[in-house]
Amino acid sequence: MAGPTVALFATCVNDTMFPGTPDAVRRLLERLGCTVVFPRQQTCCGQMFTNTGYFDEAVPSVRTFVEAFDTFDYVVGPSGSCVGAVRHQHPMLARHAGDAGLERAVGELTPRVYDLSEFIVDVLGTVDVGAWFPHPVTYHPTCHSLRVAKVGDRPLRLLRAVEGIELRELPDAEQCCGFGGTFSLKNPDVSIAMATDKADHVVSTGAEFVVAGDNACLLNIGGVLGRRGDRARTIHLADVLVSTREQPTTASATTAGRAR
Amino acid sequence: MTTTNLGMPTRVRLTPAPPEGALIDSPPFPQAAIRELGKDTQRANLRHATHTIRTKRQRVVAELDHWQDLRSAGEAVKNRVARHLDTWLVQLEENLTRAGSTVHWARDAEEANRIIIDLIRATGSDEVVKVKSMATQEIDLNEALEEAGIAAWETDLAELIVQLGHDRPSHILVPAIHRNRTEVRDIFLEEMGRYGTPPPEGLDDDPGRLANAARAHLRDKFLRAKVAVSGANFAVAETGSLVVVESEGNGRMCLTLPQTLISVVGIEKVVPTFADLEVFLQLLPRSSTAERMNPYTTIWTGPTPGDGPQDVHVVLVDNGRTRALADPSGRAALRCIRCSACLNICPVFEKVGGHAYGSVYPGPIGAILNPQLRGVESAVDRSLPFASTLCGACDDVCPVKIPISDILVQQRHRIVEAKKAEAGRKPHLEPVLMKGGGWLMGDARRLALMQRAANVFGLVGGRTIGRIGNWPVPGLSRWLRARNVPMPPTASFRAQFDKTRGGQR
Ligand code: SF4
Repeated sequence: MAGPTVALFATCVNDTMFPGTPDAVRRLLERLGCTVVFPRQQTCCGQMFTNTGYFDEAVPSVRTFVEAFDTFDYVVGPSGSCVGAVRHQHPMLARHAGDAGLERAVGELTPRVYDLSEFIVDVLGTVDVGAWFPHPVTYHPTCHSLRVAKVGDRPLRLLRAVEGIELRELPDAEQCCGFGGTFSLKNPDVSIAMATDKADHVVSTGAEFVVAGDNACLLNIGGVLGRRGDRARTIHLADVLVSTREQPTTASATTAGRAR
Repeated sequence: MTTTNLGMPTRVRLTPAPPEGALIDSPPFPQAAIRELGKDTQRANLRHATHTIRTKRQRVVAELDHWQDLRSAGEAVKNRVARHLDTWLVQLEENLTRAGSTVHWARDAEEANRIIIDLIRATGSDEVVKVKSMATQEIDLNEALEEAGIAAWETDLAELIVQLGHDRPSHILVPAIHRNRTEVRDIFLEEMGRYGTPPPEGLDDDPGRLANAARAHLRDKFLRAKVAVSGANFAVAETGSLVVVESEGNGRMCLTLPQTLISVVGIEKVVPTFADLEVFLQLLPRSSTAERMNPYTTIWTGPTPGDGPQDVHVVLVDNGRTRALADPSGRAALRCIRCSACLNICPVFEKVGGHAYGSVYPGPIGAILNPQLRGVESAVDRSLPFASTLCGACDDVCPVKIPISDILVQQRHRIVEAKKAEAGRKPHLEPVLMKGGGWLMGDARRLALMQRAANVFGLVGGRTIGRIGNWPVPGLSRWLRARNVPMPPTASFRAQFDKTRGGQR
């Protein structure tokens, strides 16, 4: 059975800093029968600009996004935040640009943009991706996955189906980790206080890994864990789901693997 | 009594002096936040209080199957109000007048305060008892009255704690949320006797005994006062009725005992019909105190001969509200019913408390409302929309579905535009950086070039140090002083994909 062709939206942070994650998405989706392509014009969702108040500066990102992806039926990204920004903010930015053509293109494209967990559960119609990850983990739902992309419990359903995994509940799971993009630089003290709470909660579970659908949040949480020398590491959902007995994901391959 | 000396003849104050300086001159949020983060007791108090109320709210909201419908109804009523505010206000004025209330219009805080002072002076009284009211906090009525030689006594327990503590409210609903009961006891012992009935000997920090001390202290003020000042949670256009929702009964005392009642009401508080209250009297208590129903709801429609206040005044205040209404991207903030659910759920508020926001409206609602009501000229108002991670927790709890995160982003845009307009006159680095970033992301080839530079750094750094630690890089040390960052990889994803797959398109 030939699966659908998927355009991989790597996101600029993953593309630049965490190439292992989009690569895990590629391998995972290919294992599930999809054809994965990487449209080369893609750059960024622009939310770094939008959320700092720089709408004009975000518009080029909207244009490159449309150019890169408008011919595909399925655009899949491993980030609730970036996918959420595309779906929720690109229409507003296109309107801001006063470009009716862009607005129309954005309107047609955004319903075809999926977070990885949505694509697997809703489009491929499965929660068991044949993964094996024999570790105690805890799941941080990340604010934008939860409240902007609204992925719901899809990531948890995918994790529960992973063979060998032990899922531990994260206290105050839905509380923000304090990253908030440029918030972490504009209000570093508050951001650090929040990240410290999140790291403490992760540590309190005794889990080996904290899993999330967003590497930016994991960069923040993992930054504190790494600095403090805590045992817990961060790992992207895609890196868990791609792991099999034959090709297990190792701690050194994960985001925090490089931050300690 | 304390005295203030501002280089003028020393004047004896009638009421406890709040901290010096105007709120609008507060330091920007990031600086104020650092100051507040350093207060360990306050942090513990805030953490405990916000988590307790959050859990309770969640529980009572979950009881109602139609909670989301109620929110939508609240949103719809308030949108209807905003769409035809002029119509409702004229209708409200007519019906207030018909019921025997006297209506006054105030463009701003100064005008409102002047009207109220004149009304009180006309009664010959030199003191008032007050029902907890955000509108009077907003216009800084107490200090205006103090200067006019009129003593304003707060009668809400938490407002009393704040007033006696020479403090400022740090929360819309629980103004003394930053205090614990030991601190309250100390404040009562120190200050109460100076302004009326003293606390009983040997007062301890038992909540019941503290409340009794406050009750005794307030009792003679209630019985003595000839004038009360209140706000209103709702003003019903159809009937000319005002509504005050409260928990302690102090409001009921103020609203029924004195001869003269002056209510200060923001013009957005109007609701079209009496039936609309059905929606809000369900939304408000569950969202604010996490109660199914609040203990006291007082509704009055003008004076009733021989019963309660005979001289009833309503001051309708604009103070920036029509300016907010004029902005399509921000006007939804006027739907706010001041329940404070957004404060309680906010992880940033939990850390810093209300004093970091330089306004009587702190937390998420303050971050979107202040720049609209006060403008974006002051340093603090320019910083407030950035005092959020955009986590969206507030959006989910707001009983009138204000899209707080979206408005935060729109207000950030407004401030950025103001900064850009100052280009050449004031040095702003950020717009330059953002412009460069926008240019970089406008073309994948530019991004790829930047990535190659990062890869070289990662190649060298990866061999020598492995990760980026506490490096004193200007700007970046804000991140790095508590958080490691991995070295960039030796190849970006796009470069790897090229190698493995030959690229696409
Ligand atoms: S913005 Fe919404 S949640 Fe916040 S105080 Fe106002 S009504 Fe309540």
